[in-house]
Amino acid sequence: MPDVRRTIDAIWRMSSPQLIATLARTVRDVGLAEELAQDAFVAALEQWPRDGIPDNPAAWLTTTAKNKAVDLIRREHTRDAKYTAVAADLATRPPDAPDAVVDDPIGDDLLSLVFVACHPVLPREARVALTLRMVGGLSTDEIARAFLVPSATLGQRISRAKRTLTEAQVPFEVPQPDELPARLGAVLEVVYLVFNEGYTATSGEDWVRRDLAEDAMRLGRVLAGLLPAEPEVHGLVSLMELQASRFATRQGPDGAPILLEDQDRRRWDRLLITRGLAALDRAAQLRRPLGPYCLQAAIAAQHARAATWEDTDWDAIRALYDGLAQVAPSPVVALNRAVAVLMTDGPQAALDELDAVGADPRLARHHLYGAVRGDVLLRLGRRDEAASTLEQAAAHAPSTRERRLLLERAAAAGERPA
Amino acid sequence: MKVMVMIQGAGADEDKIAPTEEMLREMGAYNEQLVKAGVMLDGEGLHPSAKGARVVFAGGDTSVVDGPFTESKELIAGYWIWQVSSLEEAVEWAKKCPSDPQYGATQVLEIRQIFSPEDFGAEYTPELREKDERLAEEIQSQHGQA
Repeated sequence: MPDVRRTIDAIWRMSSPQLIATLARTVRDVGLAEELAQDAFVAALEQWPRDGIPDNPAAWLTTTAKNKAVDLIRREHTRDAKYTAVAADLATRPPDAPDAVVDDPIGDDLLSLVFVACHPVLPREARVALTLRMVGGLSTDEIARAFLVPSATLGQRISRAKRTLTEAQVPFEVPQPDELPARLGAVLEVVYLVFNEGYTATSGEDWVRRDLAEDAMRLGRVLAGLLPAEPEVHGLVSLMELQASRFATRQGPDGAPILLEDQDRRRWDRLLITRGLAALDRAAQLRRPLGPYCLQAAIAAQHARAATWEDTDWDAIRALYDGLAQVAPSPVVALNRAVAVLMTDGPQAALDELDAVGADPRLARHHLYGAVRGDVLLRLGRRDEAASTLEQAAAHAPSTRERRLLLERAAAAGERPA
Repeated sequence: MKVMVMIQGAGADEDKIAPTEEMLREMGAYNEQLVKAGVMLDGEGLHPSAKGARVVFAGGDTSVVDGPFTESKELIAGYWIWQVSSLEEAVEWAKKCPSDPQYGATQVLEIRQIFSPEDFGAEYTPELREKDERLAEEIQSQHGQA
């Protein structure tokens, strides 16, 4: 017999995004909509354990929240013409039929909610918190645990974000076509940030954080359903599914990271790979220039398609990195491109690449830059330089485990072959 | 977490479960809901057991029994793979599934969580894991020979 409290939490997670979105369209204020939805949830927590869970819990929550909206507006005797109109509208509207909860057939309300939660007027961390709260249906406590911040801090972050949206009078709508690419970029960034927060969680006990990766994948799939004509949405979904397919093989039993080259590919999740490749196909069928998420997904797809490391099509991967370096240049992309050059053109060409991009101080101090450069020098037989480069990289390593690995490699590089 | 949700019916009712147009339409709408919520990863329907067979190992003997399995109380007619946040969420989604008495007296959706390597926790020691990997290697090499 499932636990009532956990059942109510599950219902909240399933129905709150649409509930908040529908309310926000009516009251024209996302913060207020979220509070009304919360009030309905609290009422459910009081009544359902006593009276049983209604047949259509989403309709119950909607009706309760709308009644609370009418009460609130009447109680406050607001002179605000906007709210008076809203109250009149709510009061005169016929009650919802039991199944008419989702009066948002094309998902415009939900989509508007996504864009408001990721609005550029908000700082990035507030966008993440608000999106998980309102679109992902997570509780403040769940988000706080996952991001390792106190619950009170996160609660304040969310309240402040809602206040900012109200003060800035951010309209509840889907952006106009000319604004859409930039606004969509902000949404996809939030989803991918959430994914990486979970995906890169290194502590083996950290299930709460790992769940974030699944939450992000769900958000991505929801977005793909709402914006099926946007290739980058499918690209992001593909990228996440392909990366997640390697989840079980990225770490050894002792928690040490396992490089792509050494991963046991038989344990990659075939279902996620199939889904990731299908999402990439959907993006390609839209016949638009490939953006950064599609390009990264296409690179991940090359690895997913190769049965072994040796089967990897490095020419294709290098071409994709060339594209990525054009549309989204970054030090990390430059470094990865140099690895692809190593595989296609050998260590000397790779060293030339690395020296060219190493002028960027952000990269020169990055431990991965030193790790790759040390490896390339070793392949060229320049053992002493390799050893000192790896030692420097170790000094920049973010964790003791990575530092130790790099120092081991440095020591091995310094040894003369017997 | 990932769950497998299996559609079960009684073997005696199997001929009634043959999908009608209306049932397909209802199921299609339900599946669309699951997809739009980002929950559904996969799903298939199965042919009636008349087209199936059972391989039975008993007392050291191996025998083959051809379908249909009319005596079976819990015959699987189809399945989904869902990604959900809890068993309770899977139950709530399952409750939304269309059902109709005309397809059989009892239909059951059985929800089972799918193992992931992390689920084994401390019991899945490096030694056991290595053993499993060796086994997988062996299985693959046998397939290679076949």
